[in-house]
Amino acid sequence: MQNVAIADQPDHLHDPQTFVTKYIYSQDHKVIAIQYGLTAVFVGLVALVLSGLMRLQLGFPDTFDFIDPGAYLQFVTMHGMIMVIYLLTALLLGGFGNYMIPLMIGARDMVFPFMNMLSFWAYLLSVIVLLASFFVPGGPTGAGWTLYPPQAILDGTPGYDWGIILMLASLAIFIIAFTMGGLNYVTTVLQARTHGMTLMRMPLTIWGIFTATVLGLLAFPALLVSAIMMMLDKTLGTSFFMPALVSLGENLDYSGGSPVLFQHLFWFFGHPEVYIVALPAFGMVSDVLATHARKNIFGYRMMVWAIVGIGGLSFFVWAHHMYVSGMDPAFGFFFATTTLIIAVPTAIKVYNWILTLYRGNIHLTVPMLFAIGFIFTFTHGGLTGLFLGNVTIDLPLSDTYFVVAHFHMVMGVSPIMVLFAAIYHWYPLITGRMFNERLGKLHFWFTFLGTYAIYLPMHYIGFLGVPRRYFAMGSTDFIPESAQSLNASITVSALIVGLSQLIFLYNVFWSMRHGKPAGHNPWGATTLEWQTPDVPPRHGNWGPELPQVYRWAYDYSVPGAEQDFIPQNHPVSASEQTSGEHEERNS
Amino acid sequence: MKIVVALVLLVILTLLFHWLSPWWMTPIASNWDTIDTTIDVTLYITGFVFVAVNLFMAWAIFRYRHNPSRRSHYEPENRKLETWLTVITTVGVAAMLAPGLIVWADFVNVPEDADEVEVVGAQWQWSYRFPGADGVLGEVDARYVGPDNPFGMSSSDPAGDDDILVSSNELHLPIDRPVKLLLRSKDVLHNFAVPQFRVKMDLVPGMVTYAWLTPTVTGKYDILCMELCGIAHYTMRGYVVVDQQSDFDSWLARQPTWSEMRAIPPGDPVAGKASYATCAACHGQQGEGNVAMNAPSLAVLPPWYITRQIEHFKHGIRGASEADEFGRQMAPMANMLPDETAIRNVNAYIATLEPEEPAATLSGDPQRGAAFYNTCGACHGARAQGNYALQAPPLAGQDDWYVKRQLENFRLGVRGAHTNDTYGHQMVLMARSLQNEQSINDLLAYLNTL
Repeated sequence: MQNVAIADQPDHLHDPQTFVTKYIYSQDHKVIAIQYGLTAVFVGLVALVLSGLMRLQLGFPDTFDFIDPGAYLQFVTMHGMIMVIYLLTALLLGGFGNYMIPLMIGARDMVFPFMNMLSFWAYLLSVIVLLASFFVPGGPTGAGWTLYPPQAILDGTPGYDWGIILMLASLAIFIIAFTMGGLNYVTTVLQARTHGMTLMRMPLTIWGIFTATVLGLLAFPALLVSAIMMMLDKTLGTSFFMPALVSLGENLDYSGGSPVLFQHLFWFFGHPEVYIVALPAFGMVSDVLATHARKNIFGYRMMVWAIVGIGGLSFFVWAHHMYVSGMDPAFGFFFATTTLIIAVPTAIKVYNWILTLYRGNIHLTVPMLFAIGFIFTFTHGGLTGLFLGNVTIDLPLSDTYFVVAHFHMVMGVSPIMVLFAAIYHWYPLITGRMFNERLGKLHFWFTFLGTYAIYLPMHYIGFLGVPRRYFAMGSTDFIPESAQSLNASITVSALIVGLSQLIFLYNVFWSMRHGKPAGHNPWGATTLEWQTPDVPPRHGNWGPELPQVYRWAYDYSVPGAEQDFIPQNHPVSASEQTSGEHEERNS
Repeated sequence: MKIVVALVLLVILTLLFHWLSPWWMTPIASNWDTIDTTIDVTLYITGFVFVAVNLFMAWAIFRYRHNPSRRSHYEPENRKLETWLTVITTVGVAAMLAPGLIVWADFVNVPEDADEVEVVGAQWQWSYRFPGADGVLGEVDARYVGPDNPFGMSSSDPAGDDDILVSSNELHLPIDRPVKLLLRSKDVLHNFAVPQFRVKMDLVPGMVTYAWLTPTVTGKYDILCMELCGIAHYTMRGYVVVDQQSDFDSWLARQPTWSEMRAIPPGDPVAGKASYATCAACHGQQGEGNVAMNAPSLAVLPPWYITRQIEHFKHGIRGASEADEFGRQMAPMANMLPDETAIRNVNAYIATLEPEEPAATLSGDPQRGAAFYNTCGACHGARAQGNYALQAPPLAGQDDWYVKRQLENFRLGVRGAHTNDTYGHQMVLMARSLQNEQSINDLLAYLNTL
């Protein structure tokens, strides 16, 4: 089962002393996690500004000289790619994965610390290459985040020359970085759990991160090969994705390639990518809910199997992004069915989160508010997925703002609600201080209500039939003039939400110095990361002895126990009145 | 407790927004009302779940808010409850999936008696092809595409001779006849979408895709490209006109076949010179243009562009607006060319005139203008030389005051607003990315350097 020999590496106990070994050339998973996190947040802020620029154009067309049609498409593309890959994937796995895995399973570090460090530096390089594309002739690619050929590499699309090459190179480097990190996370979870930490005692955070990483290791190669193939089409004139065509009146030398092939490869990566983002969020929000409701997560085993099941199914639904792509429409039957099946385990997760609140003892802390906000936004986003996944309904709604609204609710707003919940929840552990509660609540209300004011009306712009990726709609017969007022209000909400993130940044940096000392385990959590001898945990995490685990991760409010939580490393006492099922997972 | 109030209010406001807002799908004009029914079914089921889940959550948060004297209930699992929830969810999902799959089966199976029409997409315009008398579309290939053969017709396939070619963004379809749209792209991905028809499908270079429908309401509807196809994606619009059968038949009869198109004789410059005498009064003996008469240079313009503009002036598509003072002068002049032959002849004569380098009359910042020109260059060419394939006239060598006036006219909708001015419509959208006179002057300062 567990391999404690790997988990326990006392050689690493000596703390690094110099600035360079501590913060730069560091192999400590916690430092690497923060490096990942800060880089991801920085590049995410760039993408947030880009979305503001996009919204300015959409809300107030014919107003801003510096946003031309090409620049608009570049904003759209870079916003999407940065948010999905360089912010969400990197922050959830590189950031929280790195920080939480060793602490929550009771290991001293990742099993390959040096490779872990390389992973971060490769990630940083990929970000630099990506951002460099803003400064090359022609600017970054404006092909949309899906980078569909042929237009991604042909004249007529912004950044078809330098921009797309840098984008593809950056993705390739990112995938190398992810693979180094991902192999580490998987190996660590499988091989480095401490004494007594069976798989079915792991917190759901670890289950989510672990499953997402496995998905990533299987899905990212599809993106890597398609990036390489498109790079060859662009630079050497191969025809993987390029049929014979006439570009802007000029007959090109390509022949025989298939643009639809790229879409299959892209979405074979792209759909699991949705769950690479969602599953860690599912896991973390479960732990936040259980801790702040002082109640065990409801239906733990069902939750684990739902995570694994969703992860497995996510490889069989990719073509629901391609119902109107020109692939054989008969595939629609298969992919609509698999897509709607995935709704069942997903719905079960939502029920179980709510049933965790039911008969709980709910503390409305900032992390809890964000977790509740997540349940609301995720339910909304999940339900609109049932429209788009059902192949028939996709015909009118595909490529409209309904799609944009749907995926922002489900994989934009929802994971970000969890990220905020997680940052506020683990902030005392990471910094040793409490954040400012009032500012945290203010940030929550702006973010939660503001994002809903953005995305609820956007669904209706989609129902009207407004296409996405349009620089301007102009006037048409079928869209009433009043739709523009809707667009303007969405833009105002978006700018408010964007600006309100400054509250969060201020809180994070201010509280690092001025927050109240958090002390040990301020939330009264059961999981191992709160049971370290030092707060924040030092290099090596555990002092001389690794923790011994005796119970599952959710012993909150156990009848007969003294406190309303029993940490995983506390032996089972005679006074606990536990059910039969409870016995199974506590020894 | 604010969160409980917020959740309840959000649920109520969402429902009110849905019921009271005027923004909903545009009225349907095809046989696909089954799609709308499927949407309704899904809306009711998901709406119920949305309300139930969130109200239950709000109640639970209120009822089980923190109370120091109480402890949470300890219940790791409840198999019976979990099984029930799974079963109910599965039933609900099946209830949504079933109608979806049934309607999809209709979409996949095209009626055997459906008429065929080919929709051709290219950056950033639409054109159409009907199979003609033999009912068979002739062979095409992207490799044959050229200025004289925009559809890429194969010369070795006789089935193509009677194909009817519609080189315009406007498609006509007869009412109540099922039609199978065969979709083909010459360059990149596009998507043929008409919101009133409900169905849409990508056009993919290298293959032919399809969609089918039966138009049920006469009228004129927008065609939108809904797959990102480059910088001018948002201007790739067209129209589909659903006609009564007789109107459709007469429209179709006016469109040329491929063999008719090939048989058009070249213009006669000698005959054209005589007609040009009238034009010369304003546009100059050498077609060099005359700022005093507000007449642009013609020598720089290619024949296909002049033809289209004369046709537009003749048919009130251009120069009909009250605000287009100089266009209104041109409209009666265009009528002095009685038919297509006369237009061809005068074009043939203009083609013999040597363009002159016009004098710059505007000043601006050419560097700033170069940045604006990035957008224009996609169609008008990197050197502003124009591009037949995109129906974009040359801008280099044209009088700057004329180009400026046209940009302003496009911006204000004085030119290009007529529904039949399909390329002008693109410029209406495009010209709006220039916000003020300074930007236009800068752009022209750059064009003067080319």
